[in-house]
Amino acid sequence: MSEQVAGLSLSLRGVSAGYGSIEVLHGIDLEVEAGQVAALLGPNGAGKSTALRVLSGRMAATEGQVAIGGEVVRKPVSERLVRRGLCCIPEGRGVFANLTVDEHMWMWTYRGGVDRARLREDVFSRFPELGTRHKQLAGSLSGGERQMLSMSRALCPGIKALLCDELSMGLAPKVVSELFEFVRELAARGVTVLVVEQFAHTALSVASTAAVLVEGRIRLRGTPSEIEAEIGRAYLGEASTVARGA
Amino acid sequence: MTENQRGGPVLTVEGVGLRYGGLVALRGVDMTVHRGHVDGLIGPNGAGKTSLFNVITGLTRPTEGQVFLEGHDITRHSPTRRARLGIARTFQRLELFSSLTVRENVQVAEEAPRGVGRRGAQSAEALVTEQLERTGLISVASARVDTLPTGTARIVELARALATEPRVLLLDEPASGLDPQETMALARVVESLAAEGLAVLLVEHDVDLVMRTCSTLTVLDRGRVIASGAPDAVQKMAIVQEAYLGSVADDANGNGDGTDAPAESAASNEAGR
Amino acid sequence: MHFFLVYLVSGIVAGAIYAVTASGLVVTYNTSGVFNFAHGAIGMMAAFAYWALRVPLGWPMIPSVVVVVFVAAPLAGALIERGLIRHLFGAPVASTIGVTLGLMLALVGVATILWNPGDYRAIPTFFSPTKDVSIFGVSVLYNQLVILAAAASVAVGLRLVFYKLRAGVAMRSVVDDPELLALTGASPRRTAQRGWMIGCSLAAAAGVLLATQVTLNITTLTLLVVSAYAAAIFGRLRSVPLTFVGALVLGEIYSFSQSTYIPQWFINDTQLDKTAPMIVLFIALLFLPQGRLRTAGQVPAMRMPVASLRTSVVGGVVLMAGALVISAFLSQSNLLYASEGVALAIVMLSLVLLTGYAGQISGCQLAFAGLGAFAMGKVLGGASPLGLVAAFVLAAAAGALVALPAIRLQGLYLALATLAFGAAMDYAFFESPNSFGYGGSLLVGRARFFGNNFASNRSFLVLVAAIFAVCSIAVLAIRRSRFGRRLVALNDSPAACVTLGIGIGRTKLIVFALSAGLAGLGGALYGGVSGQVSAGDFPVLLSLTLLLLATVWGIRSTSGVLLAGFAFVLLPLIPHVSSLIYLATGLGAITISRNPEGILGETITRISVLTTRLAGRNQPQNPIAFEAVSNSTEAAPAGHRAPIEPAVTIEPAVTIEPAVTIEPRAPGA
Repeated sequence: MSEQVAGLSLSLRGVSAGYGSIEVLHGIDLEVEAGQVAALLGPNGAGKSTALRVLSGRMAATEGQVAIGGEVVRKPVSERLVRRGLCCIPEGRGVFANLTVDEHMWMWTYRGGVDRARLREDVFSRFPELGTRHKQLAGSLSGGERQMLSMSRALCPGIKALLCDELSMGLAPKVVSELFEFVRELAARGVTVLVVEQFAHTALSVASTAAVLVEGRIRLRGTPSEIEAEIGRAYLGEASTVARGA
Repeated sequence: MTENQRGGPVLTVEGVGLRYGGLVALRGVDMTVHRGHVDGLIGPNGAGKTSLFNVITGLTRPTEGQVFLEGHDITRHSPTRRARLGIARTFQRLELFSSLTVRENVQVAEEAPRGVGRRGAQSAEALVTEQLERTGLISVASARVDTLPTGTARIVELARALATEPRVLLLDEPASGLDPQETMALARVVESLAAEGLAVLLVEHDVDLVMRTCSTLTVLDRGRVIASGAPDAVQKMAIVQEAYLGSVADDANGNGDGTDAPAESAASNEAGR
Repeated sequence: MHFFLVYLVSGIVAGAIYAVTASGLVVTYNTSGVFNFAHGAIGMMAAFAYWALRVPLGWPMIPSVVVVVFVAAPLAGALIERGLIRHLFGAPVASTIGVTLGLMLALVGVATILWNPGDYRAIPTFFSPTKDVSIFGVSVLYNQLVILAAAASVAVGLRLVFYKLRAGVAMRSVVDDPELLALTGASPRRTAQRGWMIGCSLAAAAGVLLATQVTLNITTLTLLVVSAYAAAIFGRLRSVPLTFVGALVLGEIYSFSQSTYIPQWFINDTQLDKTAPMIVLFIALLFLPQGRLRTAGQVPAMRMPVASLRTSVVGGVVLMAGALVISAFLSQSNLLYASEGVALAIVMLSLVLLTGYAGQISGCQLAFAGLGAFAMGKVLGGASPLGLVAAFVLAAAAGALVALPAIRLQGLYLALATLAFGAAMDYAFFESPNSFGYGGSLLVGRARFFGNNFASNRSFLVLVAAIFAVCSIAVLAIRRSRFGRRLVALNDSPAACVTLGIGIGRTKLIVFALSAGLAGLGGALYGGVSGQVSAGDFPVLLSLTLLLLATVWGIRSTSGVLLAGFAFVLLPLIPHVSSLIYLATGLGAITISRNPEGILGETITRISVLTTRLAGRNQPQNPIAFEAVSNSTEAAPAGHRAPIEPAVTIEPAVTIEPAVTIEPRAPGA
């Protein structure tokens, strides 16, 4: 599968969001151009997952504006955004523990315009491990295999933007690099990618631009090399890097 | 932060391991919480902090190792029993009694049965008032807790935990959802508690809070303790940096991704100096 | 040996019907997270609808079945899901129970209006009742074969739907992760709706099948499904195959409990055929693995302030005075109605304590009330004040006995367990010839106090009002006490209670016993109103009605239940309205379940908001002001925070509560 797609741009402007009386995001700005690969980094609790939930339509922003592919999202409904071409891979292995790998392929067709047999072919050729285990329950797969299954949804035709939430969580480095290789392939086809990661270095290896979210605010922004030096400080406080800067 | 005379160990975790099915959540964890100190437990998400917390509070039984409270083995004790022996905790997601006022929340705790008698000769009323004054809550004592801002609510939970006169206080991400001012207020309260001789275990992501209040930091990564010591020192350790920031470089089991390795080690060398 | 086979076959047939209805229940629970208490009522309506098509309208069999089971029922399911269930997403358990129980009562009410219970109706069976076939020497009726065939088709059909249809696979996935389902582009809401359509269709099928086996009786049909709950619990409310197994076991138990292996007198006395499934349900619930301790309240948090001692005493005195004055103007029969209302209000006071404060949902308070009346009637000739004491004690003991095994149960499962107990008490005790005699009644007198035998209805009303006042003051005093705080804490956060060292089990046991005793007292007084009680005075359906009534009027409030008591008693006085009791309560429960405070609480809140606005002053508790005060030691102001809303539990996503413990998702997470 190597058709080029016109990636969707992603935009958060002045977005605040929270749960109940707790505000987690305080007026953040985030722009990812069509076809770009961006990383959203930050320590745990910073609000990265919340930002993804707002982008994927699972949660409404209390302030600010969300736009996907240039169109402003007025009322967040994940199903509609999925039809527009957004694919969000949630945190913690987005799979259904009691369904088989094959059944997952079937569920992926809910996107609309997806041929089930063709999708199976594409997924199993890209991830042979899933092919050999196609009758297995997702709950019995290893962590890496589950993450592959979760991400296989990105191979559906018509996916123009990919949001990944902590895909490296709990996985061995080798598996992580394989998955990021997959992300690179998607990006090469023009899919816009936003990876959310706690582990900065892994994400920075694929991204061309990054932002660091700390306590609900964007603290750093720039290319990987630009923010590399500062990032330790953003995570672990003042004394962790020798370089003093802004 | 000066190096105080170390208080005696109150809570000790020895060689604790935890396995769920085929997954290893904790491996050979040793940790001690000392009287009069705030000891911090940090680590990236997924490192095992919550599992360790649950083992200490009794919600989960470890597959190996032991937990000691002032020398007594409490590994097999139920959470209720541990509470009565003097382990108090707060919750990451506020667990206040929302139908009750601030005073009533503290009262419920104060009236709870416990293994050891009450210290001091004060009446229950007086003790509750003392708790409220000590934590700065006396002005909101009659307010229903669900009308309070998160910062104040967290302190109510703290006051409630303290009302059981615990031996050790476990704080589960108390700064979650707090702004810098509220975090400062919380830090002040926590410090004063330690100064009065309480043993505090702080599990937290908020770096400022941790650096400010803790005398030691234990760092957990993938279920193992990878570092332990004074906060300044731990903060600078390369291994800690890598745990948080991630590394695609070689480690004991994995094969590194060759293309990334050079850039990686340069960055971590610089950061770890 | 032959008889054994006969019972075996009969058990399989019964099991088949259980299987059909229980699997419908499991499907609706799995797709929407709501346990449909109205499931049996839907089956009952379907049975009556089928009768209406077949008998008065004379329709042939097949079109009738098709219209009822395959058209009307799914339509009803879709409407119910769209109108009611959808709004329950994320609601506390008490609300979901309230709404579906309300629906059940409303349907019972509608059925009572449409089809007069006094008339006899019989459903024509599918085949002539004598046609049979011989299998292994046992005669199996064609009609029974139809039932078996139906169950088999359901099993096959569900399998096909859940494994061969994409929508069915989606139904299996929504219980795991509804959010993820939405991310694939499917609609969890529509999936839930389809689940309800299937579930209601199955309920209807079971109702029709059941009605061909037993008489067409509204209450019986509605409650017979309750026995099927045991099969669903056996399947952990998740697995359809296991549900079928459970249904089979249940069917055999039902069959053999009427067999010659058990002494006939025992079967008659205890109505074992009806009681046994209830006992099985109770036991099944005890063995069901419970989820982790809840962190959110079962019953939504209280908003209204608790009355002080002075206020409650004043209120009590006012009530007494009111009773004294008003009673002078009431007719004899109205005096009796009023006394009944107040006595029932005392029973509902027990719910304030148990459910309103402690969040323990109980659907069997009338069983305790009935025990109280029983004690009153039996002790010292039925008119002794000691009888009242005995009523309290006996009922309290029963309450403790019920609570003891059920200590671990929370929310839905506790409600089910109390329901099972209530139903078992109906069949095995109240309807038993040993308690009240065959179709007879027990004489219950009015206690003699201070030389007064309260024979005058007016004096009795005043007495009952006085006892209510005293009990109210006591209940409020309990709320203000240490124990009361603990009860509320138990409801608001059992998890926090554990970490404070509070013994949850002991607290539950005590509050169950206390509330049961209070209900018993109410029952004893209730009996004294008319001077006698009979088997039909304390049915479990009425317990549920009272639970809902109290909820509608304000289950946290002592005055609320007083109003509820009057409402209950007064409604039947309006001509043609007696059957509307169920309907009105049901509808009330459905709408008010959305507001936890009930009518009274809602009214009071509105009034207080109005008065504060009129008086032009700030809300007495300004959270921002408090924030400023608590931060007064800081240098920086805290003014940048967003406006304060009342805190809600910080659950960003709602998970459907599974019946099994949740496994951790990632190592060390």
